[in-house]
Amino acid sequence: MSDFLSQFRVFAGSRIRLSFALSALTLLAAVGGAQTPETLSDPELDARYQALIREVRCLVCQNQTIADSNADLASDLRREIREMVVAGASDTEIADFLVARYGDFVLYRPPLQPNTWALWGGPAAMVLIGLIVFVRVMRSRSGQPLDDDELDEERGAIP
Amino acid sequence: MWRYAIPVVLLAVLGVFLSRGLTLNPTYVPSPLIGKPAPEFKLPALKDPSATVGSDVFEGQLSLLNVWATWCVGCRQEHGFLVELAQSGRIPIYGLNWKDDRDTALQWLDRLGDPYVASAVDADGDVAIDWGVYGAPETFLIDTDGTVLYKHIAPLTAEIWRDRFVPIITEKCGAFPCPQGGPGRQGFDQSE
Repeated sequence: MSDFLSQFRVFAGSRIRLSFALSALTLLAAVGGAQTPETLSDPELDARYQALIREVRCLVCQNQTIADSNADLASDLRREIREMVVAGASDTEIADFLVARYGDFVLYRPPLQPNTWALWGGPAAMVLIGLIVFVRVMRSRSGQPLDDDELDEERGAIP
Repeated sequence: MWRYAIPVVLLAVLGVFLSRGLTLNPTYVPSPLIGKPAPEFKLPALKDPSATVGSDVFEGQLSLLNVWATWCVGCRQEHGFLVELAQSGRIPIYGLNWKDDRDTALQWLDRLGDPYVASAVDADGDVAIDWGVYGAPETFLIDTDGTVLYKHIAPLTAEIWRDRFVPIITEKCGAFPCPQGGPGRQGFDQSE
């Protein structure tokens, strides 16, 4: 019995420790997520800037945009884009600037060009192939008897 | 009969794509800079803040630009090889000290040896962005006319040096190290 109790104590203790750890983690996450507000005073420019940083991949963490990422490089790139927006660069100019340095991969929306034709056209081609197969199967079946008739014929064939 | 071959062929094609995917490194992003002129820069030198290190150092010699920082574990890993390579006198290595603390960087070079002819201090990371740097260490091989020939991402090792860099250098100047008076030697002699 005392064994059982001591086990329970350990268990309870670890529960408490776990809850401490969890709240510490939550706090950390809150601190980590809180970024210094990086906005531009001009609302029009700020809207463009906010849209732009959601289209650019953070190459350090790859599956995050630079808007979401806390990586040092992401904050450098955000600063660079802010400066360019303020200096009057167009969205295309900013995209070109990034692609010239980091390649197409830096953009979340890949441009339509020879090496991305398969990427952009692939889904449409798949749907087309599916439709062709579907139509052919339906046509070849249309001349065949219905399942019930087939069953009757088979039954009839059994002596 | 051929209709039974279709699924087999489709499966084979899928298999080829998936097995190719297994061998690719998703963190490797090819540099669009290869074959293009090295991005220009002019930055304070690490050892002497009043002096500058600029992209003009690449002219007239084959050289390496190594992006490093004291906060970068991979840089510590490759440092021994860089020192060895520098001591062999085969190619001048320039450093880009990326978003680092000057004093820590100087201590690091004091303690571990300084393989660099000179290190440029890129405190705010602007030059690194121009070079498409997204992590450290990265090592660029730069031609005598300042064209970027190759970029290696991840720590440099003797194997990678032998397999990836030496063939390009040999192709450029017929032999490695570049023959006496050739682009490679000349640059290094100047620094000595």
